[in-house]
Amino acid sequence: MAFLFAQFLTGLANASSLFLVASGLSLIFGVTRIVNFAHGSFYMLGAFIGVTLMELLPGHVGFWGAILLTGLAVGAIGAFVEMVVLRPIYRAPELFQLVATFGVILVIQDLALMIWGAEDRLGPRAPGLRGVWRIFGEPVPKYDIVIIAITPFILFALWYLITRTRVGVLVRAATQDREMVGALGVNQAWLFTGVFALGSALAGWGGALQLPKGGADLLMDFNIIGAVFVVVVIGGMGSLPGAFIAAVLISVLNVLGVTYLPQSTLVLMFVVMAVVLIIRPYGLLGREEVAGEHGQVGAPETPIRPYGTTGQMLVIALLALLAALPLFADRFLLILMIDMVVFALFAASLHFILGSGGLVSFGHAAFFGGGAYAAALLVFHTDTPMELAFLFAPLAAGLLALGIGWFCIRLTGVYFAMLTLAFSQLVWSLAFQWREVTRGDDGLVNIWPSPWLSGTVPYYYFTLALGIGGILVLRHIIHSPFGYALRAGRDSPRQAEAMGIDVKRIQFAAFALAGVMAGLAGGIFVFSKGSVFPTELEIAASFDALIVVFLGGVKTLAGGVVGAGFMTVAEDWLTRLEYWRLVLGLVIIAVVIIAPEGIVGSLRRLWTRLRGTDEEALQ
Amino acid sequence: MTLTRRMMLAAATALALAPAAAMAQETIKIGEINHYKRMAAFADPYKKGIELALKEINDAGGVMGKPLEFIYRDDQGDPAEAVKIAEELMTRDGAVMLTGSILSHVGLALSSFAAEKGYLYLAAEPLADSLVWGSGNKNTFRLRASTWIQAAMLAEEAAKSDAVTYATIAPNYAYGQDAVAAFKENLKRLKPEVEFVAEQWPGLFKIDAGAEVQAIERAKPDAIYNVTFGTDLAKFVREGTDRGLFDGRPVYGLLTGEPEYLEPLADEAPEGWFVTGYPWYAFEDGTPEKAFVDAYTADAGETPKIGSLVGYLTAKSIAAAIEKAGATDTDSLIAAFEGLEIPDTPIGTLAYREVDNQSTMGAYVGTIAIEDGKGVMVDWTYKGPDGYMPTDDEIKAMRPAE
Amino acid sequence: MTEILRVENLKKSYDGFLAVNGVSFAVKQGELKALIGPNGAGKSTCFNMLMGQLKPTAGEVFFDGARITGKRPREIWRMGVGRTFQITGTYQSMTVIENVQMALISHHRRLYSVLPRAWKLYREEAFEFLKTVSMQDQADRPCSILAYGDLKRLELAIALTHRPRLLLMDEPTAGMAPTARVELMQLVADIVSEQGVSVLFTEHDMDVVFAHAHHIMVLNRGELIADGSAAEVRANPQVQEVYLGGGTLFKEASHA
Repeated sequence: MAFLFAQFLTGLANASSLFLVASGLSLIFGVTRIVNFAHGSFYMLGAFIGVTLMELLPGHVGFWGAILLTGLAVGAIGAFVEMVVLRPIYRAPELFQLVATFGVILVIQDLALMIWGAEDRLGPRAPGLRGVWRIFGEPVPKYDIVIIAITPFILFALWYLITRTRVGVLVRAATQDREMVGALGVNQAWLFTGVFALGSALAGWGGALQLPKGGADLLMDFNIIGAVFVVVVIGGMGSLPGAFIAAVLISVLNVLGVTYLPQSTLVLMFVVMAVVLIIRPYGLLGREEVAGEHGQVGAPETPIRPYGTTGQMLVIALLALLAALPLFADRFLLILMIDMVVFALFAASLHFILGSGGLVSFGHAAFFGGGAYAAALLVFHTDTPMELAFLFAPLAAGLLALGIGWFCIRLTGVYFAMLTLAFSQLVWSLAFQWREVTRGDDGLVNIWPSPWLSGTVPYYYFTLALGIGGILVLRHIIHSPFGYALRAGRDSPRQAEAMGIDVKRIQFAAFALAGVMAGLAGGIFVFSKGSVFPTELEIAASFDALIVVFLGGVKTLAGGVVGAGFMTVAEDWLTRLEYWRLVLGLVIIAVVIIAPEGIVGSLRRLWTRLRGTDEEALQ
Repeated sequence: MTLTRRMMLAAATALALAPAAAMAQETIKIGEINHYKRMAAFADPYKKGIELALKEINDAGGVMGKPLEFIYRDDQGDPAEAVKIAEELMTRDGAVMLTGSILSHVGLALSSFAAEKGYLYLAAEPLADSLVWGSGNKNTFRLRASTWIQAAMLAEEAAKSDAVTYATIAPNYAYGQDAVAAFKENLKRLKPEVEFVAEQWPGLFKIDAGAEVQAIERAKPDAIYNVTFGTDLAKFVREGTDRGLFDGRPVYGLLTGEPEYLEPLADEAPEGWFVTGYPWYAFEDGTPEKAFVDAYTADAGETPKIGSLVGYLTAKSIAAAIEKAGATDTDSLIAAFEGLEIPDTPIGTLAYREVDNQSTMGAYVGTIAIEDGKGVMVDWTYKGPDGYMPTDDEIKAMRPAE
Repeated sequence: MTEILRVENLKKSYDGFLAVNGVSFAVKQGELKALIGPNGAGKSTCFNMLMGQLKPTAGEVFFDGARITGKRPREIWRMGVGRTFQITGTYQSMTVIENVQMALISHHRRLYSVLPRAWKLYREEAFEFLKTVSMQDQADRPCSILAYGDLKRLELAIALTHRPRLLLMDEPTAGMAPTARVELMQLVADIVSEQGVSVLFTEHDMDVVFAHAHHIMVLNRGELIADGSAAEVRANPQVQEVYLGGGTLFKEASHA
């Protein structure tokens, strides 16, 4: 019993930092609807700034003063980021801001490396709080007790701020109904900046408060962001009490998991999230999202049309150029093109459900990697001929998508996104942990194509035929009745249902088709690289695809493909530089600000304006 | 050349941005692929070690009369990206062979790629046993002492103690699992009565240290085997020390003594742990080990890490192999690497075994103590891999037939 | 005339509050019938139960003799019931005619077809429907730039595509200018008389109701208090009391 209680205390102590960071993210999301991937970066900044300040300020006052100042400093940085990066793009299409926050992550990573160096910093101890107190005979670190005691005060302070002050009224009003804030005569830009600063400050405090239990290092931004999103989603996006309950729930379950199921550490929280979302689709204390809440802001999508004669000619010319490439290009350019086509097909498959279906998936890598693994497993374990194993890539990915889609499709918006994320994490952990079959992160190696395809040029044509073929098929389907039905369900689910369209079933089918196409890309990928590792199933792989789709332009048909091409070239180019993450981050932020409708969307707008035509020209 | 063709070429070049380096052929180029950003704390000292060796090599006239040059590329820790860069280095930049990688999975991807395309890859830092055993191939050589070797050294020491029940804690991925399996197998062989009463598997860099310590304490083991490193190690040591987990228990720590992990712990380094590492501060004047430390410190402006030594030995190995081959084609280089012997390195003679392409680099083992507010290894010795390896026949059975 | 829609004792309660309390009525073939009542009387709740958006707490709904209580909107639509919404729900990313084509594609059960180009399918047929509501000139304009009244007309065209035998229209003229209201209702009345469609609609504007509806039902606090011809309803003392006490609309109507 004493042991269990001590475990519970450990869980509570862990929950405090997690709650601080998560409450910040939840506030930001609730008011501004920004899914802030960079939140982990503010947490990391909090840790580094905290370490630096604690070294400067000695003693009790110095320690706690440093923590206080850290929050203020990170809050100021947050306000700066909001004003410079996010404010120009609030009117961009839904969730577009997450691309900008991704750029912010990259910039902060390199800046932190420049300022604090590569080496891990051990956090200073809280003065006078080294060692343990014994509670029922079990040792409990003094600092744990202190932060367990502090957390309720922070929760209370936030609660007071939100429920008892004018600022809080505005924040709540904005969380419930953004239009209303404007009606109350409040400067929305100021409110957003303030909330973003507060949310960032909370993340900074979280980073500083955990210092005596850990330290500061350059990987902590990515290491916490998964857990933070899980907590916010389980609690219900925008709900502070929900975030608190979820932080405690996750932390305590983690502690129990460590003791009774030590292998569970990788997936436990994602399993919990999946279960919670399946039972309560909007989290423990969240509320249903109003349709179109994620801002049908920005210009509505224009009607689609297949390319006219000029466009078709351009596409044919491009294809002819690609087909003729081996005549004059060197081997590496072909390899680069293979990578590009694979990524373009992967992005196009995500774009299909995201653009036409309005389904924002955070876990699309499960199908890309799933397809790659399906083919690789067959080759590795049964020596299946490449031609046959290759077919299993799209097939297995499609089946996986049917399975995952069955649970996810019933959810909408961010909750749909988070459930796909949870499932992709489960698939990842399967590949990562089931070593007898998948060899864990040693991966599956020596997965090479049959002799007739093993040369670079034959494989290039193979990729071109299937990759470009896949993209064209997807494009054709967007113009088909099925694609229209998908778009109808996105534009107005109510109207679609009222004209006999089973929206969920259409989305389910589209989700599976996107899975098949991602799996096809994964199949081409694995035989071009000769190996596959769990990295292809990571959250980062899903986000890569997501980012290029947004960057290319969600409300355009070529967005995914163009975004993928842009990103492949930009990365290939920039990673040669010393501080490439900084440069890439700035490039992404610049593109986002200059082209808020994505590259293709903004080019089209520019084109329309140049021709000086009205909307009739788009026909 | 027609105008169209010239334009196409220009377009193609612009698209892929062929680096300017491709023009000069006077140097011998080595393609070096690493995770310079993602694992900056490890890759930086490694790169500085290479730079030091290159300076020495080129000051002495280079190899085959030409300067040796490394082209460094960042793969973001992504195996697929590494394979792409490898192709570019070999086909466009004129590299004669590949080296690099810290992460095992990237090393494995490069190894498979090298075998398929007929390139040579020297895996500098990846520790995975399978790199030269289960997934070994003739195109891949490996420098650093593998997980198995270092775990076997710790198991040998553990077998001398009275401890019968053990708890293990290792990051939950291939390296951690291999390290635990190797320790178990070696210890069981030496001392069959040992029992493993708890196995803890925190996620890499996501340790819940308080909970892990409580879970191990609950199992009441006689001794503990630690594989965590980096921030996980720091948190584990803190919680464990505070909660008295290490009181009266021998702890065996894989890599714990390496400066990369020991230095950040400062005065909180876990005293009394028996570890593998790199005691650069304790070498005696006049030894080649000390000479390297001095040269490195002077050149890099900082004290060496284990990565510095690995980087240095990587460049030295490559230079020696090229000299021996007298040519830079892959077949000659592979032939040169097989059984290659390099005398007078900081760790004495370094050789590459013919049986599995593994180098004879060993490891330093010793006990952690605190001196001047810093953790150091005391009572240390350097041990070569002999005696800690499976037999040649066992290795041959593991390696795929060629 | 046969009954096309019969509603029996329909109830809906929210946490004990009875929004609709035992409503029963029928709509006959070829009838244009209005459901009116003050704000909060339960009109929209009633409508949403008829069309399957809401599940009734109790009671039954029959369409052409078949029980449709609790069926989904799309199932009810397939049986031959069309609907327009108080707030229009057209597809913003499509052209006007594509909105109609979409409904035709669904009607012809080709939703899962991936081979043809959607914008080529049923185009002539869709054009005819647009002509019915005089929208043919705007066929190829993006739906997102239409005037509100045009959207309402477009929705009507969409609702007619599967040749429904019953049309449920929730506040068909809400938000429109007075002249446009008259035009739209005249159009509906024409469709009823030409095609024999039955229409049940709710409406705020008493001019519209009394000028066009064959029969009128009055709903108050979840209960039906009148069901009859315009004259009958106008003369109903209970109705007079409700409207004189609760609003001014009826007064305006009686001036008309």
